[in-house]
Parts: sequence; structure tokens; C-alpha cells
Amino acid sequence: MNDDGRSDISLRVNDVTHGLNVDNRTTLLDALRDALDLTGSKKGCDRGQCGACTVLLDGRRVVSCLTLAVAAEGTEITTVEGLAPDGELRPLQRAFIQLDGFQCGYCTSGQLCSAVGMLAEHAAGWPSAATVDVSADASAQELDAVEVRERMSGNLCRCGAYPSIVRAVLETADQQAVTR
Amino acid sequence: MNAPADVITDAVGTSRPRLEGPEKVSGRARYAADHPMHDLAFGVVVTSPVARGRIRDIDASAVLTMPGVLGVLDHRNAPRLDPQASGFFGPDGSMQLLQSDSIPHAGRAVALVVAQTPHEAQAAADALAVTCDAHPHDTTFTADHPAGRAALTVLGEDANVGDVDAELASSPVVVDERYFTPEEHCSAMEPHAATAWWDGGRLQAFDSNQGAFDVARTLASLFSLELDQVRVRSEHVGGGFGSKGLLGPQLILATMGSMAFGRPVRVTLTRRQVFLMIGMRPATEQRVRLGADTDGSLRAIDHQAAFEISPLAEWVENCPEGSKVLYATRAIRTRITAVPLDLTPPGPMRGPGLTPGSFALESAMDELAERLGIDPLELRLRNEPAVGPVSGLPYGSRNLAACLREGARRFGWHSRDPRPRRRREGHLLVGTGLAATAFGSSAFPSTASITAETDGSYTVRIAASDIGTGSRTALVAIAAEALRVGTERIRIRIADSDLGPAWSASGSRGTPSWAWAINEAATRLREQPHDPTRPVTVTVDTAELFTGRFVREVHAYSAIFAEVTVDPATGEVRTRRLLGMFAIGRVVNPLLARSQVIGGMIMGLGMALHEEGVRDPVSGRQVNADFAGYHIPAHADVPDIEADFVPEYEPDEPSGVKGAGEIGTVGTAAAIANAVWHATGLRHRVLPIRLDRVVEEMA
Ligand code: FES
Ligand code: FES
Repeated sequence: MNDDGRSDISLRVNDVTHGLNVDNRTTLLDALRDALDLTGSKKGCDRGQCGACTVLLDGRRVVSCLTLAVAAEGTEITTVEGLAPDGELRPLQRAFIQLDGFQCGYCTSGQLCSAVGMLAEHAAGWPSAATVDVSADASAQELDAVEVRERMSGNLCRCGAYPSIVRAVLETADQQAVTR
Repeated sequence: MNAPADVITDAVGTSRPRLEGPEKVSGRARYAADHPMHDLAFGVVVTSPVARGRIRDIDASAVLTMPGVLGVLDHRNAPRLDPQASGFFGPDGSMQLLQSDSIPHAGRAVALVVAQTPHEAQAAADALAVTCDAHPHDTTFTADHPAGRAALTVLGEDANVGDVDAELASSPVVVDERYFTPEEHCSAMEPHAATAWWDGGRLQAFDSNQGAFDVARTLASLFSLELDQVRVRSEHVGGGFGSKGLLGPQLILATMGSMAFGRPVRVTLTRRQVFLMIGMRPATEQRVRLGADTDGSLRAIDHQAAFEISPLAEWVENCPEGSKVLYATRAIRTRITAVPLDLTPPGPMRGPGLTPGSFALESAMDELAERLGIDPLELRLRNEPAVGPVSGLPYGSRNLAACLREGARRFGWHSRDPRPRRRREGHLLVGTGLAATAFGSSAFPSTASITAETDGSYTVRIAASDIGTGSRTALVAIAAEALRVGTERIRIRIADSDLGPAWSASGSRGTPSWAWAINEAATRLREQPHDPTRPVTVTVDTAELFTGRFVREVHAYSAIFAEVTVDPATGEVRTRRLLGMFAIGRVVNPLLARSQVIGGMIMGLGMALHEEGVRDPVSGRQVNADFAGYHIPAHADVPDIEADFVPEYEPDEPSGVKGAGEIGTVGTAAAIANAVWHATGLRHRVLPIRLDRVVEEMA
């Protein structure tokens, strides 16, 4: 940190390291959008209330509007642009397209990143408020629509694409279970 | 289904994923605030601290020395605007930003601070010293407010059919109730944003709106420019639902900034500013009186609605619209009262008028069924009209009865015990309800160009908008059918005002209007001699064909069925099942149309249970201007929803289609409210059906 309230940091985003000089108050969302031109992450509220800005830090989902850029140093940041790094869409993204898991698309980056994080959380055996038996063996827990809805409730969608999003997430989870 | 005999492609009627899908799932789709731009400056809006009054002073001296600040615009130095520039219904004071020291409502823009970076602009806006004289304000809406006056009749004259009073007096069964709906907000996930710049004497903009051409035309008139001096583009828009139908404050202010500072300026409203500055669905109070014979035949419908308005701009929340077309009855009377208050001018929100109106009418119909001891489904079927009960015109395709019957079959309506509070599952009360809906459909003029390229492909150009509606994808299918080729041979360009006049994505008139122009252009192109050596372009403006006369009642219809559980201890209502059957003419793309009507139903669910702009009468301000306070449905609120379409073709409409954008929302709140009655035996005539209201009623 310098005296002027700014810091030189390096952010590793989608496997690329960027050196940045930021105002210490800069959120990760603003750093991504304004400094790195990664505008896939959206600002729906800037208050942690909508989930449109969700990204992954070391594989865990965070709302980037409530994360300081300086605090994200040293982590592996994945944004929606990094979900298909070589241009080949991953199964979750393809399921969103095929099952129409979005309309305007504005919440979609957040829904996708959130779903990737959520599937990992579930696979790791983390329970949610909807989990009935929290003592159950993680790998045996079944992911159903109620679980997905509960775990995805931080991501608002005003177009109301929810039923298709849930279907796309469940279909992807099924595929992952088959390939695991 | 009697589609035209010479249709040879399967372009229309086939489910296809959205064309822009790959861009949207990979974050590559650029919305209005996403375009990188050289030398871009950022404007932050400063809003009024009082609900009514006068600006005494704005002292920018301290702010002008802050890092990065380029300047401050307020009523003393902002570019002058044409006061006659029109909104929906004539001159619109909500567009007259930074023109005077008068403050007409809370959240009014009083200054724009422009700086090199968004942070510098925000810091300066926070520091700007604005002093105001507060004047007394009135933001408290009631139907009998002394300022109330008749609303404009531009959307249809009041109905005066038969003798309503006499019919009510001689009706053996009468319902006479009042219904209340609060201010509701479109709350599209993308906050309103615009980037404006000048390019060789031409004003250019990326803007978040529902109709690039309409916005460009209004922008030109507001700034006294020629139409060809303005170009507005809105390639990707993060939802609108009505709130982006007009020229918005973001673009007005960005334009002012670009004029004053000679460089591109971007203005993005904060979420809070979207709530405070953008027109909401006005609060309504409605009285509905229904009279019927004991066999369920309606004798009278009396629908009187009041809504709040701002003196700055006319608006019509046309609540009784559905009461004029849904049911046969001997007498119909409708009245609409507008109550001017010190508010942000209300504006359109998905199914304006019809949506709150349907809550009142379809709740009253349910109450009538209860009092008659007739099944609510049967009551609606018994009152199917032969002709428009007010207009006397014959109906176009009218498949409300088919929607009701097929919906009932799929929902399992017939096994329902009509008595309330009979079904329990553990501690939960369970109930079901339904509502019927009509939504007017028609096509308005637009311009389309189609070019037959030399490689056998076609390029379609039309200033349509895709705000999540799937219009890009749907219009390719419509063009393919009209040109008798496969969809893979069609390219489309939309959302650019330079493409010519076009109806906006509003009033559920987008697809029919654009389809009309595309069909006409395709027909004329097919009549042209084919020349493989050079591209051939045909341009059609359907304004030359538009008569404005409607000889039939053409509406989309739906029947919505809901099942809810009510926890009598906590008052929590949960929607467990929701089913909608829709008659929307020919369905261009079932995958996308289903998404659209389901999204509409979810907005109706929010209206029924969650959504309420709460205004503090002392400050005159909305106190819940964020998503923590203004609740829209989240994943966990929404069950799996079934929506389907009855086969239909509307011969009076281009390509046989009717609009689908709003009808999902219209009937859903009443269906849920009726289900809550069935679960609990208690009527909720005030929306939303909050926990505290349920608990209070139960006590
Ligand atoms: S923008 Fe971060 S949660 Fe809404
Ligand atoms: S797709 Fe529009 S907000 Fe989710």
C-alpha cells in the first residue's frame, strides 16, 4: 500500500496475471470491468443483493461487488470469460443455451459462476438449508431441484428464467455424476 | 390450425435456442455500459434530497478541485431542452432534467458530476453541496383524494353499456369489493445505462432501451436536433418490462455530458436511482361490482379504478381493460380516476393496467363463484361472449374456453373440493385457484429491409429490440418462412435507430409489428426478378399500409392455475404449483415463448406475494429502494412451472401470431390470491399477501 491510498497489486484472472495500480477502495467487480475490460461480470446492484457479479475465487463463489480488489490478490479468480477458456463452451454453458436458462442474459454470468461453485460445494459434501440429512455421506447426497433452488437463491433473475436454470444445473450435475 | 397453405418451411413453430446464446453464456455480449471506448468520461447523477421544493444553491467549487473532475452540470449550465418533447401521452416533464430549480419529486436528478473515472465521479457526487428549500409534499394515494380527476381516454373510452345500476339492483347475487395494489417496480437486472458521444456532428449512443428508433426520435426532439443527427444502438439489453420504453434519464444526462465536455460520457444509474427515478407501476385502488343470476349469468360489471399519477406527465393505468372483453353481460360500466401526487411519473410495467385490473376482476369473479356456489371454472365458461360486450365487434381467434378446459384437465382441477380450508398437509393449509385473462393484440407500423445477397443468403434489417424476448431468433424464423428458405440462410441486424422507424418491444406488439414489415418486404422481394450478380434490397414501411381501424376484437388469452400452501403459524404462503395455458396465436418458437410466459408468471407471483414499493409519507421517499427491501422472486420462491399453448392461428395478425410478452403476468396474482382464499377461507384484497397480513387475518 502506498500513502496515496492506492496499491500496486497483481490479480490472476482466468489464468492470466495482470499488474494493476488501484484505489484501495476499488471492488473486484470494478477492477475486472473497468481496468481489465472483463465486462462479463455484471453490476446489478453493487450491494451484494443480486448475484449478477458472482465470480469464483479459488473455486469458491463470491459477489465481486463486495470483494475488494486488493483482497483478491494471491487467489485464482475465474470469471464467466474463464469458464470456456479455449472457446469451447463447457457442459453447463451448453445446457443453459439448449434449455433456455436465460432471457436477457444479464444475470447469466452470475448464475453460471454461482452454479459452478455450487456444484463443487455440493460435491464436497457441504449441506444447505434445504439439506434434510446433514450427516449423510457427501457423495451419496442427491442433488434435487429443491437443493438447487436453495443454493442458487443468491442469484436473482428478473426475467424469471429460474425453472430452466434449475433444469440446466441438474442436467449438468447428472452428466458430472456419470463421468466421475 | 389453418396456417397458410403455401408454407413450406418448418421455421415457424420449431424450438430453436437463442442466436445470441453463445455470446451471453461466455460474457462476450456487450450491454450499454460494457463497450470500451477511448477517452471515456463518467457521469454520476446527484438526486434531490427533498420530495418537493426548490434548489437554493449548488456549490460546485470544492468539487471542481477534486481529482479527475471535469465539471458539474445543473439547471444553470446544462444544455436547454425542448419542453414540448413528448413521452407516451404528450409533453413529458420527467425528461426535462436540469432545466429549472424546481424539484417535483424525491429522487429527481439535480446535477450530473462528470469525471475521468467512475470512482472520481462518485466521490465528487457524494461531496457536492446541494441546498434546497423544502415545500410541503403529498405522496399519499387514496382513491377519494380531492385532487382526483378523470384519466385520459386515449386507450379507450369509458364503457357505458346497459343500465348497470338497474341490473345490480335486480341481481340476486352481488359482489361489491375494493382491491388495492401497491407501487411496483420493473426492476430489470440491468440498471439503466447509456454512453453518448459526438462523431462529426452526429450524436451517437449505446443505450439500454426497448426501442432504439423511438428513443432516437425523442432524443432528437428533446435536444432540437434533426433525426438524422442522432443514432442510438441497443444491441443487448438486460431486461426492460416497460421501464426502458421511453427515453430514459441516463441517455438525456449522458448526452448533456458529451455536449458539455466534448468527449464520450457514460451514465449508469445506481440500483437505488433506478427505483427512485424510473417510472413505477402506480398504486391502484379499485372497486368492482358484479351482479349475477343464480345460474351464474352475469348481469352487470362495474369496474371503477383509481391510480396515482404525477403532474409532470400523463399516464393511464387502464385497469378496467379486461372487464370490457372477458365476459358476456347485459351492462358494463368502467371509470378511471387519476390522482396527481408529488411522485416520479408512473410508467409502464408488464401488462400495465390489465395486471392490477385483472387482480381485481378475477378476484371478484372468484368471490362471485363462492357466493353462487358455482365452480369458478364453470362460472367463466358460462359467461363466454359471442361478440365484444362493449365494442359489439366479432372476436378474432378466441380460445379462452380451450385454455380453461385444457388447463383444468392438466392441473387436476376437477377433483377439487370447492369448500375453503378443507385440505391440510401436516400443519400446512393447501388451496388452489384460477384466473382467466385477455390481452389485446395488434400490429403497428415498422420498417424492414431485406437484401438478397449474391451467395443465396438474406440480410434482414429492422430496428427491433431483443430485451430478452428472443426477438432476434423469432424474426429470423419469420423471415425464413416469408422467404421460403431455411433459417440458416438468414442474417439479421436489429436494435439500431439507423435501420428506420420500428415499433418498440412494448405492449406485446413487438413481434406482430416487426413480423408484418418483414412479411411485406419478403413478399415484395420474392416478386423481384432474381439477379445472382448483385445484391437486391427491398425496404418496406408498413406505415403506408396501416389503417388504424380494427374490425375485430383480437386478444391473446390465458388461464392460470395455482396451488399454494399457507403456514397458519407464520403466515408464509408458498406457491407449490403454477400452470398456465395460453392462446397466443401461432407460436413462433415454443422454447422461447414458454420461457417468456413463465417469466411473466413469475413476475405475477412476485406481485401476489412479495413486491411492494413502500413510501414514507413524511419524507415522500421510497424507503425500500433496493433488492434487500423490494423483494422480487428468488430461485427458492419459484416452483417448476408448466406453461403450454393451445393450437391457434390468428388470421388478422401477421404470421398468425399474437404477442406473448405480458400475458403471463396478468392473471397470476389473482390465481394465487384465489388459491390463498381456498387454503384459508380468507380473502386478500390487498397486495402483496405478506406474512403479517395473513397472520392478522387468521387471528
Ligand atoms: S452487483 Fe454484486 S450482488 Fe448485485
Ligand atoms: S436472464 Fe434476464 S435477469 Fe436473468
